[in-house]
Amino acid sequence: MMLLPCPWCGPRNAAEFRYAGETKARPDPDTTDPHRWRDYLYARRNPAGWTRETWLHRAGCGRYLVAERHTVTNEVRATHPPAAGGGGAAS
Amino acid sequence: MTVSRNGSRGRRAGATRYSAFDLVRRGLSGRDWPPAWRSHDLAGAYDAVVVGGGVHGLATAYCLAANHGITDVAVLDKGYIGGGGSGRNTAIIRANYLTPEGVRFYDRSVKLYERLSVDLNFNVMFSQRGHMTLAHSDGSLRTMRWRAEVNKLQGVDSEVIDPGEVKRLVPAMDTSAHARYPILGALYHPPGGIVRHDAVVWGYARAADAYGVHIHQDTEVVGIDVAGGRVRGVRTTRGTIATSTVVNCTAGWATTVADMAGVALPISTFPLQAAVTEPVKPFLDTVVVSGTLHVYMSQTDRGELVFGASVDPFPSYSTRGSLDFVEGLAGHVLELMPSLSKMRVLRQWAGLCDMTPDYSPIMGVTPVEGFYVDVGWGTYGFKAGPVAGEAMAELVATGKTPELIAVFDLDRFAEGRLVGEKGAASVGH
Repeated sequence: MMLLPCPWCGPRNAAEFRYAGETKARPDPDTTDPHRWRDYLYARRNPAGWTRETWLHRAGCGRYLVAERHTVTNEVRATHPPAAGGGGAAS
Repeated sequence: MTVSRNGSRGRRAGATRYSAFDLVRRGLSGRDWPPAWRSHDLAGAYDAVVVGGGVHGLATAYCLAANHGITDVAVLDKGYIGGGGSGRNTAIIRANYLTPEGVRFYDRSVKLYERLSVDLNFNVMFSQRGHMTLAHSDGSLRTMRWRAEVNKLQGVDSEVIDPGEVKRLVPAMDTSAHARYPILGALYHPPGGIVRHDAVVWGYARAADAYGVHIHQDTEVVGIDVAGGRVRGVRTTRGTIATSTVVNCTAGWATTVADMAGVALPISTFPLQAAVTEPVKPFLDTVVVSGTLHVYMSQTDRGELVFGASVDPFPSYSTRGSLDFVEGLAGHVLELMPSLSKMRVLRQWAGLCDMTPDYSPIMGVTPVEGFYVDVGWGTYGFKAGPVAGEAMAELVATGKTPELIAVFDLDRFAEGRLVGEKGAASVGH
């Protein structure tokens, strides 16, 4: 079982959460161009190593959080609330 | 690529041809079989380097040699050949996809699989036992009808059958109306089936070796040298290779390898778990798939039931199994076949799936000249191995993208031309 520490609820089974994607800033739809928008939609870093990503604690507090996870070992070294402005709460 | 530095060597003289006669002769004489493929020292230069020694990489190397006379080829694998996705899939072959492009492409693969044992002189045990995708809702029944009609237009044998026919084909199935997810019908695809996946890898390796292709196991690529927008060489844990052509045929590590060449791919890597039970008497002679219940199953020639599911719920490069998976799987299998409640799972494993946004692969050229990709094979790579190898070899040898794979190019994401296969690819294997 993989544990994910929710900033509000503490360590919980990862099955309680929904993965929401790598953190990335959403371009402003009014000023962006198609190239940057498609990058936002499709481009992924997909590293074999540490990554920052957004999760939703759907079976808990129902809030989004940002986790730093190692994608090879699934170790989670830190979780924190998403940055103000919603930059982390992609999708 | 047109000129082969070392020339076309042709099939190796003295390579053993497997036959019934040879089997009897060696059985009686007790003489050892020669190794099916050889080990070599790493050469300083190759005409082409294929990264990834799975079915895609080996098929590409084989087709470069057999179809185009390019034999100065190295296949590199960081572990052993067939140790990645090629040895971890559930060995299902089918062509009943959703888009015309997808159906045409996978149908070519089924055709190649049908004659693969003869082409490679290696029994790959392709068993075309029929493939059935169950529909548990009006929505999925509609998609089955859609797929059946697209398949028929492309000349692929698929039809929608009713629950009575499902029961006739698979008596162990619970087709009653009391089931938690009652079966409303199924897409039945008679040419589908299963194959011995290790045999496909070994057969391609042996046939490529006979043409002079070098297979290098335990040789990890650590860098790709690019200068002036062109590939110049490959750095490995065993030395450096000068080459102008690199084909990335990896699964699970497609983005890691492409990053070395500075090529970004729209791929996320997810583990997919599978499991196998103890062997029992034969009772299931079709492949059964349920998208709603996220499960597919078949019975092997040895009598074991092989189960697969959908990918894990988050990206990872870990191949550890999880209890969540077997618990969910067991529940779903028993929904379909309650009589299996006493079966025991022998083992479970995971393979890495490179998922693309549209559930179709990425094949073709990249912004770096000489760096080709045959990646993004998600959960449907094994069934496409022969046709992918054929098409990639043609692309590398002629410099022209074959019509069959033109829609699967990397540029489609920037240009908004996605080939949406989720309806037929996501759990339907």
